Amino acid sequence: MRRRMPALIPHAVLILAILLFALPIWIAVAGSTQDSAAIARGEVSLVPSLSGLGVYRDVLVNGSAGAGPVWRSLLVSAAMALAIAFGKIALSLPSAYAVTFFRFPFRMTAFWLIFLTLMLPVEVRLIPTFQVMSSLDLINSFTGLTIPLVASATATLLFRQTFLAVPDELVEAARMDGAGPLRFLRDILIPVSGANIAALFVILFVYGWNQYLWPLLVATDPKLDTVVISIVKMVGVDTATEWNKVMATAVLALIPPVAVVLVMQRWFVKGLTEGDK
Amino acid sequence: MERRTLFPGRVLPALLILPQLVLTGVFFLWPALQAITSSLEREDAFGTSTEFVGLDNFADLFGDPLYLAAIGRTLVFCACVTAIAMGVALVLAVLADTEIRGRAFYRTMLIWPYAVAPAMAAVLWVLMFHPQIGLVGAWLNRIGIAWDYKLDGTQAMALVVLAAAWKQVSYNFIFFLAGLQAIPKTIIEAARIDGARGVRRFRTIVLPLLMPTVYFLLVVDLVYAAFDTFATVYAVNGGGPGQSTQTLVLKVYLDGVVNANVGSSSAQSVVLMAGVIVLCALQFRFLGRKAAT
Repeated sequence: MRRRMPALIPHAVLILAILLFALPIWIAVAGSTQDSAAIARGEVSLVPSLSGLGVYRDVLVNGSAGAGPVWRSLLVSAAMALAIAFGKIALSLPSAYAVTFFRFPFRMTAFWLIFLTLMLPVEVRLIPTFQVMSSLDLINSFTGLTIPLVASATATLLFRQTFLAVPDELVEAARMDGAGPLRFLRDILIPVSGANIAALFVILFVYGWNQYLWPLLVATDPKLDTVVISIVKMVGVDTATEWNKVMATAVLALIPPVAVVLVMQRWFVKGLTEGDK
Repeated sequence: MERRTLFPGRVLPALLILPQLVLTGVFFLWPALQAITSSLEREDAFGTSTEFVGLDNFADLFGDPLYLAAIGRTLVFCACVTAIAMGVALVLAVLADTEIRGRAFYRTMLIWPYAVAPAMAAVLWVLMFHPQIGLVGAWLNRIGIAWDYKLDGTQAMALVVLAAAWKQVSYNFIFFLAGLQAIPKTIIEAARIDGARGVRRFRTIVLPLLMPTVYFLLVVDLVYAAFDTFATVYAVNGGGPGQSTQTLVLKVYLDGVVNANVGSSSAQSVVLMAGVIVLCALQFRFLGRKAAT
């Protein structure tokens, strides 16, 4: 008995932590199904009421005070997250391939220029980037929402590290079989980097889905509201916030990125901890 | 490190890297240069002409008590978020790393907040701490604590710190757990045989081996707290009440976009740029140290 007691403590602390971490989400789940007026009186219950599930249909179709239908903003978010994730992979993979498998003039200069973007998050070049967008006539367009976020130093660095570790024998064998550089890229390099691409996809999808400052700045057209933008708008309504709808939207907005992380957890953890350092 | 096996050719690699370079140039490097040049200029009241003013914008900035207060506030905010996020994550990772059953389950259950958007973290915490509708906020008021983060600056700061740290714990947890699992079990076993137990074993054996992870996360969390929390802070109170949660990133946005003061906002951008460069340099130093050991 004396030896088993201490073993319970880690379990107890971890379970407590899990519950505390999940509490904000649970409040949103339970609250979404309750009467808005009751919530406004501070009478939110931690037990969801099944009869209130209709709110999900309601916000998806009609939206809430301050923001339009949620199906639309979910669609914008999904399109944006996918465009950014695939765009970043599609740009970074060839870049990393070029700097690791070839020698060409200004190779390292190009690499360092891409690398510099790590030090230039959108927050430090806010106004000038906006001015560039407006001179290219990309304000309030889906292209404007995504394209500037598609260049990626992180992904390029990660692919470069993976490619540096590819054994010389593999390259020589491919060359012996008569594979040119593009065929090597397509038939060998991309397949062997599958796990890294999957891990990167998770990180980039979540990154794209969670954007706030950039959409806030560059897309003022409500048609381009992402779900994250919509929900902050709903909360910002000063009078008569429809709290159950806010909570339902929060739950809907959380499902896609959380699902991607949980479903792809294995690759994600491996890619994050082995690649990024 | 470089590869020994290469492909011949110059045109193909240039074409492969070109798209990324173009985007980098147009959307990153060019605007960054613009920020630097407009930080040295000032527009007249009508926005019709600009003149070169040297470092005047910076002098104004560092002579402005509001800006200096924002610097101090941002440092406190970053330190609190980083300390809480790393401390909680380390404790949880150490507990999850002990040979208890269900490690995978605990990891899954602690990993998901990684996916929560900074703005969403703010919304979820507002729903919990709202003085009237929030489960915790309303309860605080019932038991006689005057809780209203919309009126009380300290409370607002506490709320944004907690919301920002809450989201970052899972990222730190993933790295701490991986770092702990990379420590050879034989070393821990040897320490145990030598009689080092519990806290002492952790402090003298485990923690030194974990230091590279600690340094890495320290920089990542500081960058996160300084930049990625714009949405968290903005969604809770828009920097208010008053200026009580106005961090430097928020000020760049408010001064540049809302108040349309391009010169000052650009100078602030340049100051932030210098900040990121320092943080990146620190990270390199630590990573270099890690690679050497």
